[in-house]
Amino acid sequence: MDQYALLLASTLNAGTVLALAALGLLINEKSGIVNLGAEGMMLCAAIAGFAAVVKTGNDWVGFAAGIGAGALMAAAFGLLVIWMNTNQYATGLALSLFGAGFSAFAGITYVQEKLPERPRFVLPLLGDIPVLGPALFRQHPMVYFAIALVAWLMWFLYRSRSGLVLRSVGESPESAHALGYPVRRIRLAAVVAGGALCGLAGAYISIIYTPLWVEGMVAGKGWIALALTTFATWRPARVLLGAYLFGGITMLQFHFQSTGVEIPSEFLNMLPYLATIVVLTLISRNPAWIRINMPASLGKPFYPGT
Amino acid sequence: MFKVEPRPETSKFWSLASPLLALVITILLGSLLFVALGKDPVRGLQVFFWEPLSSGYRIGELMVKATPLLIIALGLAVCFRSNVWNIGAEGQFVIGAVAAGGVALLAGKDTSRLIVLAILLAGVLGGMGWAAITGVLRDKFNANEILVSLMLVYVATLTLNYMVFGPWKDPAGYNFPQTKTFEAVTQVPRLFPGSRMNIGVLLALAGVVGLWIFLFRTRAGFAQQVGGLAPAAARYAGFSSRKALWTALLVSGGAAGLAGGLEVAGPLGQLTPYVPAGYGFAAIIVAFVGRLHPVGMVFSALLMSMFYIGGELAQSRLGLPKSLTGVFQGLLLFTLLACDMLMAYRIRFLPSTSPAQT
Repeated sequence: MDQYALLLASTLNAGTVLALAALGLLINEKSGIVNLGAEGMMLCAAIAGFAAVVKTGNDWVGFAAGIGAGALMAAAFGLLVIWMNTNQYATGLALSLFGAGFSAFAGITYVQEKLPERPRFVLPLLGDIPVLGPALFRQHPMVYFAIALVAWLMWFLYRSRSGLVLRSVGESPESAHALGYPVRRIRLAAVVAGGALCGLAGAYISIIYTPLWVEGMVAGKGWIALALTTFATWRPARVLLGAYLFGGITMLQFHFQSTGVEIPSEFLNMLPYLATIVVLTLISRNPAWIRINMPASLGKPFYPGT
Repeated sequence: MFKVEPRPETSKFWSLASPLLALVITILLGSLLFVALGKDPVRGLQVFFWEPLSSGYRIGELMVKATPLLIIALGLAVCFRSNVWNIGAEGQFVIGAVAAGGVALLAGKDTSRLIVLAILLAGVLGGMGWAAITGVLRDKFNANEILVSLMLVYVATLTLNYMVFGPWKDPAGYNFPQTKTFEAVTQVPRLFPGSRMNIGVLLALAGVVGLWIFLFRTRAGFAQQVGGLAPAAARYAGFSSRKALWTALLVSGGAAGLAGGLEVAGPLGQLTPYVPAGYGFAAIIVAFVGRLHPVGMVFSALLMSMFYIGGELAQSRLGLPKSLTGVFQGLLLFTLLACDMLMAYRIRFLPSTSPAQT
């Protein structure tokens, strides 16, 4: 029983990384912009966050550093894509390649560093419930923040006026522009918000999830988060569920390994990537389904007439 | 102040000048980086841009690294020109290397020299097969090829790891994760004694000519690109978008697989977990910096190879991490995309000084 509680707990932990990044990308994509640079932003945020914690000993400074790194890179991406009309795919790819190189370069002196021991978080009373306590209520606050973020996003996107404006910019930038909304500034804000959340996810990886720095440690989670937004058909609650599903798949490999199932570890490590492909294939099979849910101007440039 | 306005047509001049301007900006940013690291920027630039050219042997090494980059980029150019976003060339390279390595392992002491052909063919088929997975999922299920091809890079790398940690591990290799060193007959023929350059260089150059003819002198090549530029026009002309998709993926997968085969049966000589050296990703930059033009990509492949060698030299000479290579490569693509704005837009400086103008 205890090992299942542990599996559930680690699933939520792994899912939180994906949820934070994918929710950021969701905001980003709702404005009509695809940022393929998620992986690169997360890598740079991971090393920025890790370095900040090594220097200051404070996790929250680390999270702030990660958010800053992600937002800064997203802003550079946004300026190129939104004002200079560069190709979104190519620019995002450039961000990912640059982020992989830069984080490896910047992190070289941090490879051997270790973070100090920190107290574990336990919710009073709830954390003492047998099975459920260790499974659900002894998580890092960021796990609960991700859930709160989903609730807030559902309200923001579908119940608030600003959310409506954001969605209209993603559906039809021409109409939003004609109505007098500053389309490009709204898009930039969405892109920066997306970068900030990807940064937070990256910092969570290197500070909490696996508290160390290794080159390329994000290991495709940025790309999986990108796939998650499609899988979730751009709905916040589905993003969270998808993130936990993938968190569970990631953790399943460790579970198999510890219970001594005779499968080579390489095949178990493939699971999250294969699952992403399978899920993406299943959800994309019906083009109409994607078309109905996808922000109509996703990936299309917008340049207000002169 | 100034104003950005669209040009009536894209500028031919800036189409050629923008990569050069991007290189200059990258060099400037690189110099700043050297200064920030407390190194002499002149010495740093010398290591990156002069030393790789300073001797015949070094130039040979430059070619050795430029070859896989160019071969992969040639294939990717077909993809990107037809708006197929295969970014998983790294995975196709790795599976090509695994397939080629599998054939090379079959060779014995007295195998015919012709096995080299079988090795390279296996590489091509391996890469094609791997790209075909993306093709089927895109064609039949409409799955996004960017994400699928990228996920397959991780799967390919893990497959390689499984082989070298498991069934193909050299029993006499002190438990290192590597296959046995391939027999000498499997070596791709070299061009000159004293240099590691092999016939891969010639294959790459033949690819340049072949791609140029295909893109600019054949109807099939034209049809291939129209779909990328104007999908509606392509449909009206009766050009099949499915055919374009499959051509793009099979050509780029085959090219990446060939590069993988040439690499294991050439400079590497065995399979190890270090087969994936990032060529598949760097080739994306090669393709864009070379303007997706066969000849342009020759220059950008050499430049990118220079960054690889410069990174290695920076490590041994200046004590800087080798990953500097990735920083330079990423910066170059970034600045290129920014400079490309000058192709489609012009910046006009306005004489007016009234404050309300933007």
